[in-house]
Amino acid sequence: MSGQFASERWINFFTSYGNEMLQAFLRTLSISIIALVLALVLSIVFGVMSMSKNGLARAISRVYVEFFQNMPLLILVFVCYNLFPLINITLEPFAIGCIIIGLYHGAYIAEVVRSGIMSINKGQFEAAYSQGFTYLETMRYIILPQMLTIVLPPTAVQAANLVKNTSVLAMIAGHEIMYAANSYGYSTLNYGPPLVTAGILYFIICFPISTWAKKLERKRDIALEGRGGER
Amino acid sequence: MDQILEIFTKANVRFIMLGLANTMMIASVSILLSVVVGSVLASLRNSKSKFVRGLVITYIEIFRNTPNLLWLMIIYLVVRIRPTPLCAIVAFTLFTSAAMAEIIRGGINSVSKGQWEAARSQGMRASQMYIYIILPQALRNMIPALLSQAITVIKDTAFLRMAMAYPELLGRIIVLTSKYTAVVQIFALYGLAMLIYFVICFILSQLVRHFQKKLQAEAQSQAR
Repeated sequence: MSGQFASERWINFFTSYGNEMLQAFLRTLSISIIALVLALVLSIVFGVMSMSKNGLARAISRVYVEFFQNMPLLILVFVCYNLFPLINITLEPFAIGCIIIGLYHGAYIAEVVRSGIMSINKGQFEAAYSQGFTYLETMRYIILPQMLTIVLPPTAVQAANLVKNTSVLAMIAGHEIMYAANSYGYSTLNYGPPLVTAGILYFIICFPISTWAKKLERKRDIALEGRGGER
Repeated sequence: MDQILEIFTKANVRFIMLGLANTMMIASVSILLSVVVGSVLASLRNSKSKFVRGLVITYIEIFRNTPNLLWLMIIYLVVRIRPTPLCAIVAFTLFTSAAMAEIIRGGINSVSKGQWEAARSQGMRASQMYIYIILPQALRNMIPALLSQAITVIKDTAFLRMAMAYPELLGRIIVLTSKYTAVVQIFALYGLAMLIYFVICFILSQLVRHFQKKLQAEAQSQAR
């Protein structure tokens, strides 16, 4: 194995491919950001729908969540990349990445939003109204701050998962980190340095996010314990 | 419709079912091994030695912050474990154990302190406390998260053909699509793959929901 990591292999990799890796890193970042924004929007829409009084809205939200949570991401990506062109819908891998990964994680975050709404005690609304708060004031000062403490940690975990899942695009020439590392390895049969570098690049993005998530989680647990051990 | 039925020859059905068997074999062995390795990691994470704790935390953080697909490729192309099924199991177990360790640690921490104290006051040894008091309760609390992780593993096995030419379900179905030319046939084959993955994962995710509800109901009745 030491041969795979010989120093000239590293030097060759960085001198001939460093720039491509950087481009790929930036591409992973931009796909992740666009997909995350899409996922957040979808999750709020479907999360709120799942708590609606309207049965149809609840059903649509449930179908969305179950479909995307119970389907391998790779199949969804392949369907867009291999099948849609057969019916004259052609999408760039970049667009497929943003849309499918956004839809996929939107389903996960929708469940987070749902549990956030469920966790708010009705008494909170009544207490706020009795103090003369309007509906908007109640939302702004009472409900949303409590919801954020509950919703933010699992959402941050999902954001880290989303970044990791962009690696699926390596399978459809997505030109992101995983694809770049793999194609350098494929063309030079020098797999060690590019794959390890890819790991480091993913780690650079995901580690701060998941560390932040843990910090928020600890804060939340302390806040909940203060409320009389509701867990 | 005839074109779609044409796909379901005896040979094709057998070919697909063997792919499904491969998928389930890799997934179930990896999940079981990950629970074992994850338990060891979780207990080592509470070790008295700072060095051991640091090592375990490093392992968990590295694997939790990098994609599963990357590890499939590293273990196949760089470490080069063979035969391929063993390689797949090793890669999945390495990756999933880190997630399992966190789930198991969360489960153990969720058992209230009073339980530890009560067990100790009964004169139990640490190993007895774990086996009779803590683990059974911890296990109940972590079933939803364990099952969710199992779903993730099953979904991620779809990478195995592309990553290491292992003939799992999706890979086999894609092989079949190259034998057919009609658009409906290709759609039907992909649809079949989606249906099979969905049914397996849906059943498991309904179990997750069931256990979550049960635990929540219990927590609420205890709070009152």
